[in-house]
Amino acid sequence: MLNEKIREQFPILNQEVNGHPLVYLDSAATSQKPQSVIDSLTEYYSEYNSNVHRGVHTLGTKATEAYEGARETVKQFMNANSIKEVIFVRGTTTAINTVAHSYGRANVSKGDEIVITPMEHHSNIIPWQQVAKSTGATLKYIPMQEDGTLSMEDIKETITNKTKIVAITHVSNVLGTINPIKEIAKIAHDHGAVIAVDGAQAAPHLKIDVQDLDVDFYAYSAHKMCGPTGIGVLYGKEALLEEMEPVEFGGEMIDFVNLYESTWKELPWKFEGGTPIIAGAIGLKKAIEFLQEVGMEQVEKHEEELVQYAMEQMQTIDGVTIYGPKERAGLVTFNLEGCHPHDVATALDALGIAVRAGHHCAQVLMKELQVTATARASFYLYNDKKDVDQFVAGLQKTKEYFSNVF
Amino acid sequence: MSFDNLDTLYRQVIMDHYKSPRNRGKLDGDHITVELNNPTCGDRIDLQMRLDNNIVQDAKFEGEGCSISMASASMMTQAVKGKTVEEALALSQFFSEMMLGKDIDESHIDLEEIGDIIALQGVSKFPARIKCATLAWKAMEQGVRVGNNTP
Repeated sequence: MLNEKIREQFPILNQEVNGHPLVYLDSAATSQKPQSVIDSLTEYYSEYNSNVHRGVHTLGTKATEAYEGARETVKQFMNANSIKEVIFVRGTTTAINTVAHSYGRANVSKGDEIVITPMEHHSNIIPWQQVAKSTGATLKYIPMQEDGTLSMEDIKETITNKTKIVAITHVSNVLGTINPIKEIAKIAHDHGAVIAVDGAQAAPHLKIDVQDLDVDFYAYSAHKMCGPTGIGVLYGKEALLEEMEPVEFGGEMIDFVNLYESTWKELPWKFEGGTPIIAGAIGLKKAIEFLQEVGMEQVEKHEEELVQYAMEQMQTIDGVTIYGPKERAGLVTFNLEGCHPHDVATALDALGIAVRAGHHCAQVLMKELQVTATARASFYLYNDKKDVDQFVAGLQKTKEYFSNVF
Repeated sequence: MSFDNLDTLYRQVIMDHYKSPRNRGKLDGDHITVELNNPTCGDRIDLQMRLDNNIVQDAKFEGEGCSISMASASMMTQAVKGKTVEEALALSQFFSEMMLGKDIDESHIDLEEIGDIIALQGVSKFPARIKCATLAWKAMEQGVRVGNNTP
């Protein structure tokens, strides 16, 4: 287990909520930020705030170095081949939409197939629905097993020579399922398709190597990995990005502008129209440095221990249903019999315990699970067994409270 | 660990409406139907009302959601039955002011008239739950504004 020293670096965790010490179990929605990340934003705004790529002045140079330095850090973090493959975007949603809008519309036509899964977040369903609608392609779902995993047989069956794009989440935000991306990428490539991966719940928690996974696109958000909101990463293979048209046009992304036509800057800047997310990139760099100091393998191991311990403890409470497979990333989605998840979340909040309740932006999956809503506790490197104990005790108490009032 | 504050939210009368909802079901004959979702959390209400001569003659609902949303729907149907459209809308206005935490001048309201809905006053202290409570009222407002019974 990781030690107390890590938790101490997150100032927000040191507070009481509703009269109880905060137990923050909603990191899958957004993670908390260490002091170093918070300081890096203050430092940028108070010491060298400037626009990038244009100023001749000293501050402009410093800001540009910091912004592009962040790109280098991100490149190393996911083992991309070149900084040309690292595009800064607003977040995972924007990254996926960029791929759908640019690559999707240009390479998918009537009769083609786009393959997704029922466990996708809305942000990895709707962009593909839109591509299918505008191109006349078919959207196909790889069926899901009862335990919330995908079978290799189903994957092989669903991906065919008509498949042009396989869009899939690396880690499910509801079930915690870790999908076999490397194997799926191979199957997609064997059929001449590309694979676009939603890494929003994976990049913060697992060691990611985009070259080893051999994925074509990979998307994630900084705010779920100790970084600031408003910035995320789109990784794409250079050869694919090179062929793609930008989706936003304007300043920063152009080479020459003439009266009736213009040319684009080289990669990655052709995809970064407008003043970029400078402070965000600086914060993301610090977040990655923080995570790397701990070690992504350590983060993964820590969360695995926590989630297994949590599931074990939760199962001692009668009436708790846990969704998803045993082997999973660090989150548990559950329901308490006879008690709506909103009521569970409100009761836990009264004890200072923050969990998520609702459909988790996964209405397709909720239908598959035959529920309208669930509650979710998600863990990160700053959580510990004490948090789990508090949570489980809170759940027990919630159950008692509602069996009394009902 | 204590749940003292929760009792202001989960009042006995609310739990009673949740456990034994009034007017749950579907209306026969001509009526107005409104289906509303709370897109952020998945709560759903399917409200049916019969309007005759500008009066809400009957109201029933079905749906899924938390105790607050379902109890609120139950109380709302109870409160608006027999009211004119204007009276129903005035009640809805009263309800949303109550949710905003505005002081209720009890000398100006007829507690008999508003029925059990006053029990939801505590929801205003739980901002994340206000939407749960207002869903049924929004459905009612939409319904009476459309105003035409269809078979």
